[in-house]
Amino acid sequence: MSQDKFKGRPKMPQRPVRERIRDFDEVPTGLEEWAAVEEARRCLQCKRPLCMRGCPVEIDIPAFIALIAEGKFDQAVQKMKEKNSLPAICGRVCPQEEQCERECVLGKKGEPIAVGYIERFIADYERDRGVRTPSRSSPNGKKIAVIGAGPAGLTCAGDLAKMGYGVTLFEAFHAPGGVLVYGIPEFRLPKSIVFGEVDYVRSLGVELELSTVIGRSVTVDDLAEEGFGAFFIGTGAGLPYFMELPGENMNGIYSANEFLTRSNLMKGYRFPEYDTPIKIGRRVAVIGGGNVAMDSARTAVRLGADEVCLVYRRTKNEMPARVEEVERAEEEGINCIILTNPVRFLGNQNGWVTGIECIEMELGEPDESGRRRPVPIEGSEYVIPIDTVVVAIGQGPNPLLLETMPDLTLNRRGYIETDPETGATSRRGMFAGGDIVTGAATGISAMGAGKQAARSIDRFFQDPDTFPQWR
Amino acid sequence: MAQILVKEVLTPQIKLMVVEAPRVAKKAKPGQFVVIRFHEQGERIPLTIADYDPDAGTVTIIFQEVGKSTLHLGEMEEGDEILDFVGPLGREIEERQFGHVVCVGGGVGIAPIYPKARALSMLGNRVTSIIGARTADLIFWEREMRSVSDELHVTTDDGTYGEKGFVTQVLERVVKEEQVDLVVAVGPLIMMKMVSLLTKKFSIPTLVSLNPIMVDGTGMCGCCRGTVNKECKFTCVDGPVFDGHQVDYDELMARQRTYLDEEQRAMEIWRMKKVEEEPTRVTR
Ligand SMILES: Cc1cc2nc3c(=O)[nH]c(=O)nc-3n(C[C@H](O)[C@H](O)[C@H](O)COP(=O)(O)OP(=O)(O)OC[C@H]3O[C@@H](n4cnc5c(N)ncnc54)[C@H](O)[C@@H]3O)c2cc1C
Ligand SMILES: Cc1cc2nc3c(=O)[nH]c(=O)nc-3n(C[C@H](O)[C@H](O)[C@H](O)COP(=O)(O)OP(=O)(O)OC[C@H]3O[C@@H](n4cnc5c(N)ncnc54)[C@H](O)[C@@H]3O)c2cc1C
Ligand code: SF4
Ligand code: SF4
Ligand code: FES
Repeated sequence: MSQDKFKGRPKMPQRPVRERIRDFDEVPTGLEEWAAVEEARRCLQCKRPLCMRGCPVEIDIPAFIALIAEGKFDQAVQKMKEKNSLPAICGRVCPQEEQCERECVLGKKGEPIAVGYIERFIADYERDRGVRTPSRSSPNGKKIAVIGAGPAGLTCAGDLAKMGYGVTLFEAFHAPGGVLVYGIPEFRLPKSIVFGEVDYVRSLGVELELSTVIGRSVTVDDLAEEGFGAFFIGTGAGLPYFMELPGENMNGIYSANEFLTRSNLMKGYRFPEYDTPIKIGRRVAVIGGGNVAMDSARTAVRLGADEVCLVYRRTKNEMPARVEEVERAEEEGINCIILTNPVRFLGNQNGWVTGIECIEMELGEPDESGRRRPVPIEGSEYVIPIDTVVVAIGQGPNPLLLETMPDLTLNRRGYIETDPETGATSRRGMFAGGDIVTGAATGISAMGAGKQAARSIDRFFQDPDTFPQWR
Repeated sequence: MAQILVKEVLTPQIKLMVVEAPRVAKKAKPGQFVVIRFHEQGERIPLTIADYDPDAGTVTIIFQEVGKSTLHLGEMEEGDEILDFVGPLGREIEERQFGHVVCVGGGVGIAPIYPKARALSMLGNRVTSIIGARTADLIFWEREMRSVSDELHVTTDDGTYGEKGFVTQVLERVVKEEQVDLVVAVGPLIMMKMVSLLTKKFSIPTLVSLNPIMVDGTGMCGCCRGTVNKECKFTCVDGPVFDGHQVDYDELMARQRTYLDEEQRAMEIWRMKKVEEEPTRVTR
């Protein structure tokens, strides 16, 4: 596309399908400088910017966009980082179309400003030139333990370190990043970017203790004895749900967590250079319709499957995955089998899965979530022959740590209850945020929760006596 | 990082390492395990905590060289660092007075049965132990096992040491002759299956320690799942110790073979690399 022909919202340049499905490199390549500036100029600089209402961390969107329109990229970075310390990640994986961009006034009539693309541009601009470490307050001698190095924990740790707290970030895995590293594939979010952001957080003075499972290797009570005066729990929603159907434990049936962890974190796609194997059949079925399902299906394509299909019980309209990702998945040849639900798995004598018996569904009355409830059509059962299945129907809270704190108030579904104002839990001095509070949500909402908790923890230390007790 | 302080070759294929891991040592209980990874491209493998010393801050692991990862680990020496040493994971076995307990350890399962036998013996249980392996070369820790058992039987499949035959043969004799209140068995799945079939016939409560393939060891992948009492259980968080009479062994045996082809390929590549690295020894 040449510069003069450019009109309206830019399209994200991306690698051609035939090339990209052969490797795990990033698919979208990012806006060029001129395109980002051009798009920034299209922003109306609203007095009452609606876009900001859609951003969970309240980034001053018109302000940073104005700086980009003027070519003041360094200042734009600063503006952005006032609210969002991980812009390279948000610019890539934020569901912008449901957040800032959905609210943008230009979207009411035409096309909303491509806030996410611009955000990614400015973050990449900074990364290419070396990230500057901001100044931080002098150490105040107070120790805080942050549990879980996902977006919630990283944000909380970074913010507290900037305020001068001594922060130790504990992570069960051997690598920091949470879902950003073990779940979201390289082709959507390069790991070097996540590790770049982690390095930034460490440069603020955060100590990182990897391979430490809180609740097993050490408990919260032990840490309190070691002198940690406050806690933030950001352990995510990492417990994979299965469908509890006959045959589900057969060989060749993976939870999405296992499939993605083997591929992403353990680099199974580079076996035998890396030791962790991953098995991929000729015909793969992924069950589900969210981001996790799309990531699994697109990973399966890249691992060399001949045919990959998604089995989803509602229609494409109800799919929780980002529209952009569904489009990319379809471009890559993934076939969506909608209004279909598995009833059991079929296998061979050696215990390997060979097919899924499915039943067709139709949409009935709306359920609690407002989506029309799928109802099975009796007698419509049929078999889809496959040799690998990835179950991506959702995740829940991992009870490993929570079990060790019986005094912590959980909700009916096992997530931690917190004060919506502060992120405080029922246990004094303990805060929580991210997926372990909300259930599987988004990276940016986890970051927002980490930020809120950092502010509250600071308040708690300033004046513990007046800090409101939650429940 | 966890430094290897002591390395012992127990048999040509079975090695013991004492590793510096103060946090793990402080929390470890009989029945628990660690997940380790020892180089950047490495996989995460589970190994039982065979012994631990909270005061010295050390944990002992014993492993049999069966594939690429364990062969590689076997080449590490005292002073080397294990990159990741995560634990203790899994639930501990219930420690209480049962009465007469028979501990059965098969193959490398002798290592994990030891801390259990010791704990049960210290609680005042009468402990009869039966350890067995394919052949004499694979028997280890006989002295250690004897020191925590009131009675010890040793078997080898080929009769090269101790009694010829399987551990189940001795077990059958013991349960027929004496009152047995609990059987604890650790070893290959097929052994645990046979033990469970036998004790079920005699209605003796039986605990087994399962050993499926794992990734994280913390309940987030479901790789280690199996059917116990008709329910799906994750070995790493719900186990590894389960009621032996309720386990679907056939399903677990199939699952353990998931990566057979890949494992063989990895091992061949590893062996070829070793041959290339030691040209002098090969050409001579
Ligand atoms: C495949 C996939 C794709 C997704 N795609 C998107 C997307 O495109 N856009 C988007 O916005 N969101 C997406 N999400 C959701 C988003 O990633 C999550 O909402 C977000 O990562 C939650 O952050 P968190 O910090 O709460 O938890 P997590 O990212 O889950 O991090 C929790 C961390 O805590 C660690 N931990 C757990 N227990 C312990 C313990 N006991 N001790 C020590 N450490 C512990 C875990 O190992 C993990 O590293 C996706 C999720 C998945 C799974
Ligand atoms: C909770 C738990 C505790 C364990 N404790 C010990 C221990 O104390 N000492 C020890 O030597 N091993 C133990 N194991 C087994 C050990 O984890 C495997 O032997 C190891 O992962 C094999 O890795 P590898 O790359 O060397 O072999 P691979 O190449 O992975 O496998 C080689 C051969 O071993 C078989 N195999 C693979 N995984 C297992 C397994 N989990 N159990 C049995 N056979 C397997 C394969 O089918 C194959 O034939 C334990 C496993 C679990 C789950
Ligand atoms: S962080 Fe997400 S929601 Fe907020 S402005 Fe950026 S892309 Fe939009
Ligand atoms: S609502 Fe849209 S046009 Fe208005 S300031 Fe925000 S991005 Fe710009
Ligand atoms: S090893 Fe992943 S859930 Fe048990």
